[in-house]
Amino acid sequence: MSFGKRTSRILFSTPVLRIGSILTTLFGISVFVFLVLRVIPGDSIAGAFGIETGVLTPEQIAQLRVYYGIDKSLPMQYLSWMQSFLSGNMGYSYSTGISVASLTVKSLPVTIELALIGTILGVVMGIAVGTFSARKPGSVRDFAGQLFGLMALAVPGFVLSTTIVAITANKFHYFPNGYEFMRLWEDPWMNLQQMMFPGLVLGIAVAAPVMRTTRSALLETVDKDFIRTAIGKGVSPRKVQTRHILRNSLIPIVTMTGIQFGYLLGGAVIVENIFSLPGMGRQVLYAITKREYATVQSSVMVFAILFITINVITDLIYRKIDPRIKK
Amino acid sequence: MKRNSLKPKGGLYYYMQSTSGIVGALLLLFMVIVSICAVFGWLPHDPLEQNVEFAMQGPSTTFWFGTDEFGRDIFSRSLDGMRRSLTVSISAVSIAGTLGVTLGILSGYLGRWFDQLIVRLSDVIFAFPAILLALAIVSALGNSWYQTSLAIAVVYTPIFIRVARGPVLTVKEMDYVKVTRILGFSSLRILRKHILPNVTAPIVVQVALSLSWAILTESGLSFLGLGTQPPNASLGLMVSEAQPIAAFAWWALFFPSAFITIVVVGLNLVGDGLRDALDPARRSS
Repeated sequence: MSFGKRTSRILFSTPVLRIGSILTTLFGISVFVFLVLRVIPGDSIAGAFGIETGVLTPEQIAQLRVYYGIDKSLPMQYLSWMQSFLSGNMGYSYSTGISVASLTVKSLPVTIELALIGTILGVVMGIAVGTFSARKPGSVRDFAGQLFGLMALAVPGFVLSTTIVAITANKFHYFPNGYEFMRLWEDPWMNLQQMMFPGLVLGIAVAAPVMRTTRSALLETVDKDFIRTAIGKGVSPRKVQTRHILRNSLIPIVTMTGIQFGYLLGGAVIVENIFSLPGMGRQVLYAITKREYATVQSSVMVFAILFITINVITDLIYRKIDPRIKK
Repeated sequence: MKRNSLKPKGGLYYYMQSTSGIVGALLLLFMVIVSICAVFGWLPHDPLEQNVEFAMQGPSTTFWFGTDEFGRDIFSRSLDGMRRSLTVSISAVSIAGTLGVTLGILSGYLGRWFDQLIVRLSDVIFAFPAILLALAIVSALGNSWYQTSLAIAVVYTPIFIRVARGPVLTVKEMDYVKVTRILGFSSLRILRKHILPNVTAPIVVQVALSLSWAILTESGLSFLGLGTQPPNASLGLMVSEAQPIAAFAWWALFFPSAFITIVVVGLNLVGDGLRDALDPARRSS
């Protein structure tokens, strides 16, 4: 290599390589989003004018193609999209006339709050049921725990949400999501009530794999020699359970939680629509049904960036928990 | 399949040892039979036939699962919906599996820039929540059944790439594979005879799990109105249509939901059973 020894050490050090790989992935994502959403549907004009496209004269169509920038070559279209995206201009939503950037600023916090509530509920439920199951493998309570895990995996979020709505709204006349959406800083009590059911639905989806991972990680750690040593030297059972067993099982649990976060963002698309939460998921679906590709394109891009950020955070937490991973 | 003389008992023997495997296989078999009935049209009523005078009736001997607000028979619609779900998921997983395994094995075996490219491409697809990506692709392609399966296939291909590539990386460094290369066997022969058998077990398990995810994704898309279009029956769409009437007509929500849950539980249990049967380390006896 033509680099000096010092330069190459910096260039190929882990943080630099990691940032490099994140940037390549982000570039790949942007090309992918661009190709899927701009090239295949082809026509933003048909999207904007619907059936009236047929009445337009060829000159008008040509003018509109210039207006939407689809008269240029593909690489040029990509570059101009990226240029405006990076400078914060994500395009405009035709039907509302509001810029996608300001829509996103409003809806992103809703989705992040929902995802955090879902993850916290999911991790708490998952670890609780997992520990409950692993305490006595093969027993009735282990079976009950595993059944919970299986059902949480198999009952789709939309079924659970629809059931909750049907029961609470119609039988108990309690449906906080029927009122106007309140932000956390506007009316925290209302906001938490509106977040409760969707957060619970997402939490149950996260709990299933977390529970399975917790159970198998605990069972694996219990058999290790250092646990026998700890018990042998007289560490209290409670301390063995928390400091020795749970702490050593945390890495797979954290990894699983990180992976589930992505799934949860997907789940948010469905849950936000059922519970009328004005988050990113609703923004995307609304844009898809209205055929506003600029909104879809930018929102999907935001979702992917969010997902990558979560992966990086998971990675950092992971290093914090396990001092052995330090390279 | 080729018999290994060193192995006294076949995979089926080990599969039958697992209770969850048997229960899962039975649940799955039930759903497959139900779908076959729908394929041949052996249904008590026409799933699309509206009969307003029988609207919103509870389960009875004429309408086993009751009727919806248009008086359509929910039993026939559930069966037809299950057929549609399975058709879409099986085609999606076939495409994803074939493409993913081929790319994964080649990527692991060839290494270098090809491997880098494939890994990077899968990272890109992994960066999207599955349902969101499927949603975006369906919105671009259109929502007939083959376009939906194509969208789901794109989403699940990278998982197969990852599952197939991992073992290839380990196996190709093993001495017996190196020896075959020194002996001058062709790459194709090495891949087929020595590498492929080592990746089949995790792939078979992955097929079962991916089928269950594909069913959930398909029903999610239909629920959001981007999969199967009305008046056709699809389990996700039926749940969506049951939303306004669920409080008065529980059957409209319960039966299609139960169908989705049963098939997903079945596939997961089959996956567990296969994992136990195919992994020598997990065999209890």
